[in-house]
Amino acid sequence: MLTRRALLKGGACALAAVAAPPRFLARAAAATDARKKVLVAVFQRGAVDGLSMIVPHADRDYAAARGSIAIRPPRAGDAGAALDLDGFFGAHPALAPLLPLWQSRALAVVHACGSPDATRSHFDAQDYMESGTPGVKSTPDGWLARAASNLPATRSPFRAVALGPTLPRALRGDAGAISVASLERFDVRSVAEAAVARKGFESLYEQGVKDLLHGTGRETFEAVRMLKSANAARLSPANGAAYPRSRLGDALRQIAQLVRSDVGLEIGFADADGWDTHVGQGAEQGQLANRLGDLAYALAAFAQDLGDRMADVVVLTMSEFGRTVAENGNRGTDHGHATAMLVFGGGVRGGKVYGRWPGLARERLFEGRDLAVTTDFRALFSEVAGRQLGIAKPASLFPGWTGGPALGLMS
Amino acid sequence: MRRAFALVLILTLAAGPAAAATPTPPDDAAIVHALARLGFGPRPGDVERAKAMGLATWIERQLAPERLDDRAAQQALAALPTLTMSLADLRRAYPRPSERQKTNDPQMVPGEMLRRPLEQRPFRIVAEMQAARLVRAIESERQLEEVMVDFWFNHFNVFAGKGEVKWYLPSYEREVIRPHALGKFGDLLRGTATHPAMLFYLDNWLSARPDFTIPLGRNRGKKAGLNENYARELMELHTLGVDGGYTQKDVTEVARAFTGWTIDRPREDARFVFRPLVHDNGEKTVLGTRLAAGGGREDGERVLALLLRHPSTAKFVATKLVRRFVADDPPPALVERVAATFRATDGDVKAMLRTLVAAPEFWAPDARRAKIKKPFEFVASAVRAVDGHVDAKAAFLLARAAAEMGEGLYIATPPTGHPDRAEAWVNAGTLLARMNFALALTQRRVPGVTLDLAPLTVERASPEATLDRLLATLLHGEASAQTRAVLAAQLEHPEIRRQTPDDRGPANTDVAKLAALVIGSPEFQRR
Repeated sequence: MLTRRALLKGGACALAAVAAPPRFLARAAAATDARKKVLVAVFQRGAVDGLSMIVPHADRDYAAARGSIAIRPPRAGDAGAALDLDGFFGAHPALAPLLPLWQSRALAVVHACGSPDATRSHFDAQDYMESGTPGVKSTPDGWLARAASNLPATRSPFRAVALGPTLPRALRGDAGAISVASLERFDVRSVAEAAVARKGFESLYEQGVKDLLHGTGRETFEAVRMLKSANAARLSPANGAAYPRSRLGDALRQIAQLVRSDVGLEIGFADADGWDTHVGQGAEQGQLANRLGDLAYALAAFAQDLGDRMADVVVLTMSEFGRTVAENGNRGTDHGHATAMLVFGGGVRGGKVYGRWPGLARERLFEGRDLAVTTDFRALFSEVAGRQLGIAKPASLFPGWTGGPALGLMS
Repeated sequence: MRRAFALVLILTLAAGPAAAATPTPPDDAAIVHALARLGFGPRPGDVERAKAMGLATWIERQLAPERLDDRAAQQALAALPTLTMSLADLRRAYPRPSERQKTNDPQMVPGEMLRRPLEQRPFRIVAEMQAARLVRAIESERQLEEVMVDFWFNHFNVFAGKGEVKWYLPSYEREVIRPHALGKFGDLLRGTATHPAMLFYLDNWLSARPDFTIPLGRNRGKKAGLNENYARELMELHTLGVDGGYTQKDVTEVARAFTGWTIDRPREDARFVFRPLVHDNGEKTVLGTRLAAGGGREDGERVLALLLRHPSTAKFVATKLVRRFVADDPPPALVERVAATFRATDGDVKAMLRTLVAAPEFWAPDARRAKIKKPFEFVASAVRAVDGHVDAKAAFLLARAAAEMGEGLYIATPPTGHPDRAEAWVNAGTLLARMNFALALTQRRVPGVTLDLAPLTVERASPEATLDRLLATLLHGEASAQTRAVLAAQLEHPEIRRQTPDDRGPANTDVAKLAALVIGSPEFQRR
């Protein structure tokens, strides 16, 4: 599996080196890549409690099932309660920064969304969601890598970028996706003669065996050169956007820098963790509220930073599964099934909660305990990625899946 | 040919348990392979030393680490006092900010914590643990033991950033992981199951029988109940593996069996305690085995025994060991042999390691340099390659360097720990970080690391001789033709081949930069 992938990766690069003009021209090519459509995926690792994030306050079983972690239903004058969305659902009060996006119909919610696979293992469920093949572990690449491979050829090394120290499973494969922990520090750093050192390292990875290591090395140096010329790391947030000082805030700030500097970004990826709230989850305030607050402030800052440019950008949140409907013995929740996902940006038919609501009555629950999945995550992902990135047959991003009814959330 | 090789192995094995099986006679490449896989890579001279004592002897010595003189490492570790402190002492010396504010010290004001010097904050404990791991990997003679401590810590991962875990961490590694790193798997399993670090990290300390009502204290009258977190990860990640044949029902039953396994005085000396009042004493069925009602603490013990004997556990642990020591995609036949050793020896780690090093798969030419070093392994091996030595202060910086490459020790959030596959570690950001570390190291920008590049410079000789020496020392002659050619071309660069006022000719070649290039090369990323 590794060998095949490594071969493909090295091979693809070698071919590109033959077929493409010298790499320093990549910069010029990038100029024509300006104003690409961009899809940004935010993975809430650890399984976010969708029932607290987007609260089904009018479901008559909600309050009883959730005990001390239930979010107060919306009520005029109660700013600390759920923020009503459509009379049935409400947003967690910590999501208040996202409310303007909802009101301007740029933000949509898909509830009871998740995987057809029943696993409650974080590791497996993340693997399935990122490979895009529930129940199949041998899939060599990630669904976003396949989406990137589907796009018309460009020479930008920044076509698909994950912000963080490692490349997520979703972007592993032959698409040449890269991971960047920090744009500012993304270069060879030496006390003297950094250029000589850079050239030296670059030549070490330029030739030789076609393997994962060499292929990655080549991509790295293309990216370093391009980033230097584009000066992306120097862009400060625009429109008064203030990102929270958190991992997610940093990641989204830098994704916005890549979008605004027109380096050819088409797929961005950021992680947000801390959702595995087995103990002391909290309700309107507390552990989960803090995490949701970080998410909301970071996403809202991103939208503000990009301003009009958001017309070209769609952000999609995802999480490997939801959490038990019932509060557990420690005022937290255990691993469950369906959760809620958010979509916002240009072309999103927002201001609406999509998906069929399965209900919280005991007999409606998956395995008698969890919110049932009524929207396969692949239906959501394929619709969003297909429309946003112009992929003709988006169902093909998910091997073994023939597609499902459209949600209609993209115009 | 292959048969003859196997025969030699069998004969070597037959020579008695004291002799580890190695290819006979082992060539230098085999020795380099052993030192890179069973340790954190050779220092200059290590290959020759192992050759002189015999590779089999070197391996046997590694399997008996308690007999190896380890003064150098111990000396460096003495500067890290938290390592040996008891849990209660750590609590007193590094109180959490809120606890400190409750003291009568009138100087204490909110926000005081942020102004405290780093060495007085609770995170200091984690930083010292990280530094200690680097010190040991670099300085210790007990290389294999250190490799296994890293392996088992990841297998039984706890996240230092969660709640009370950081105070429990030194004791967890010192009393559970380290003593059994080359011992019995069952001791690791039982040790982790009853240690406050695991009980807290996977929430079992709070798990109670359904409808339990807290009888006293702050939460008096509140309901508590089952928490499945530990039960699930115990089977998925510690023993059976996710495909090991358990169901959601088993998860719930195992969680019931472990109710009452909790922590006494978690914010003081934090000891394991079984609380019968919290325990679900009903009948349980785990993996088809009935646990009669009224089992008490025995319920959990029986579950551990069941899991230990389950064939899926042997296979799961064997798979991970073969992945660590042989290849990302473990050869199934070898996994089966290691699993058989697990079953035959009741999970004896040394016996499993012996099966591994006796395997042709371990020594096969295509297994050599087939593994990508994890960042921690890369950093330690780089310092060792240039014969570097470190003090505690340097080790803090080296741990930070590994974290920048994606492997922050003790701060892996998920219970899976840090991954052990190439794809997780090879990508643009981390590759640059590795190159930058190579430069910082050889340019002496990591304070506290002493290294000696002088032996690499060949006085009065040609730059080509310097290059030969460099490749022989750092890569043991295993540089590709391309790498050699690239480095040779570098020698022609005026900035590498510096002409200084006291020019002594070509010997002035900038060895530091060349060494950095080698350490940042594709070959050095592999072990």
